[in-house]
Amino acid sequence: MLEVRDIHKKFADTPVLCGVSIRVDKGDVIAVLGPSGSGKTTLLRCMNFLEKADEGVMIFDGGEYRFGSVKRKEIAAIRRKTAFVFQSYNLFLNKTALQNVTEGLIVARKMPKRDAEVIGQKMLDKVGLSDKYNAYPHQLSGGQQQRVAIARALAAEPEIIYFDEPTSALDPELTGEVLNVMRQLAGEGMTMIVVTHEMEFAKTVSNKVIFMENGVIVEQGSSKEFFEHPKCERTREFLRIEAGNRIV
Amino acid sequence: MQQPFSVFLIRSFEQDIPERYNNLFKISSCHFYFFIYNIYENHKKKGLIKLDERLIRIIIDSFPKILIPGLKVTLPLTVIAFALALMIATAVALIQFANVAVLKQISRIYIWIIRGTPLLVQLYVVFFGISGMGYLIEPFICAAVVLAVNEGAYCAETIRAALESVSKGQIEAGYCVGMSYMQIIRRIVLPQALRTAFPPLSNSLLSMMKDTSLVACITVAEMFMSAQRIVARTYEPMAVYLEVAVIYLLFSTVLTWLQGIGEKYLNRYQREV
Repeated sequence: MLEVRDIHKKFADTPVLCGVSIRVDKGDVIAVLGPSGSGKTTLLRCMNFLEKADEGVMIFDGGEYRFGSVKRKEIAAIRRKTAFVFQSYNLFLNKTALQNVTEGLIVARKMPKRDAEVIGQKMLDKVGLSDKYNAYPHQLSGGQQQRVAIARALAAEPEIIYFDEPTSALDPELTGEVLNVMRQLAGEGMTMIVVTHEMEFAKTVSNKVIFMENGVIVEQGSSKEFFEHPKCERTREFLRIEAGNRIV
Repeated sequence: MQQPFSVFLIRSFEQDIPERYNNLFKISSCHFYFFIYNIYENHKKKGLIKLDERLIRIIIDSFPKILIPGLKVTLPLTVIAFALALMIATAVALIQFANVAVLKQISRIYIWIIRGTPLLVQLYVVFFGISGMGYLIEPFICAAVVLAVNEGAYCAETIRAALESVSKGQIEAGYCVGMSYMQIIRRIVLPQALRTAFPPLSNSLLSMMKDTSLVACITVAEMFMSAQRIVARTYEPMAVYLEVAVIYLLFSTVLTWLQGIGEKYLNRYQREV
């Protein structure tokens, strides 16, 4: 359904992605793991063209796009079928929760306001915010804001949702409420790519895991395989430290 | 004490001031002492009570004569020029924010020239300069355009700073829900920037309202010019100019009050501090 081949990206002279290729099938929940600075977030941002990758090819929805020469119209078309959830939520601060969800539908998709509001309310209900339609972002907790962001992502009926460390800015309690929503989406068959530090989530929800370091994929495979029989020494070390941290 | 009061005072100065400063002092002091002398003479001739009655009559009679040009000329001029200034400023700020190649350089040059020259000189260059070349221009229109172009340069910087204060994440989120750059600017970035820019823009509006007094110099019959005419007739500069100051203060007070309402409205999506 979506494939990225040999993506390269440099910031000034620092290489961040050095030939990463991934394949996403419909219904996949892919957890992207790795230490800070490994290029996970950049990979995700390149896939939605928030950063311009230098080289590589994306195959999506029957089209083949070169990252170096993709046209603005093609980017817009791809973005219309994808959604992005940010670490810092990035809700539109001048819009209410409901307006945040309907904005893209009304403005970008030219949907009548009333139809958009029906969808918006449905999505907010789904993430458990039926009582917050008219709240502005500053009136919501971090977890609520992130759930609005997920509702906003869902409203466009995307084929795939990118999550960029969706819970990293939240305390454990709020993390739980966001992860529950994501778990529910995974159960409904939504295709998701999740950059995360939540091992438990990766272990229990995702079906595939990609482990990155220094701009390359060190190991990838099914999540069961990855957590139970990691192949690379580096992966084992990462999981060991991760497990150690949890005991502390 | 038969000699005039001012002459008496100047004489008393001459005794201990070095010779080379003498003439300078005489000339500059003369204005001030003549003013005091005039009051002194008035008191002597007409008596205190009679003088006050005359002053009060002048103040009362002149009030509508100053206020009406204020309402008919100063306020419309302020509103028209500021609306134009905001349009210029928004365009110039957006050009810089969006990094439009050649236009960006032109914007910087515009801001450089306008901020680097006095408003009064700009008014003279445009009004008398163009009139001198044989083209007649309507003073009011000239005043509105020059004020707008002048204030536009300052407001452009205010708006640019406000645009840049909006987090990049807002733009990225806009892209991700499928909006175009212009849609994001119009619906997400500008409304948020407006909140930040509002207090400094109110500053600009106030200072521009007061700057309209300068257009008296290019024959626009606004508030300050009417005051000057009344002074020429009555010779009561202190009273009449204070009066015009009070009317400017009145206008400013209304604008400040409106600023408060505006801020309250824009604060609806801001965290209360």
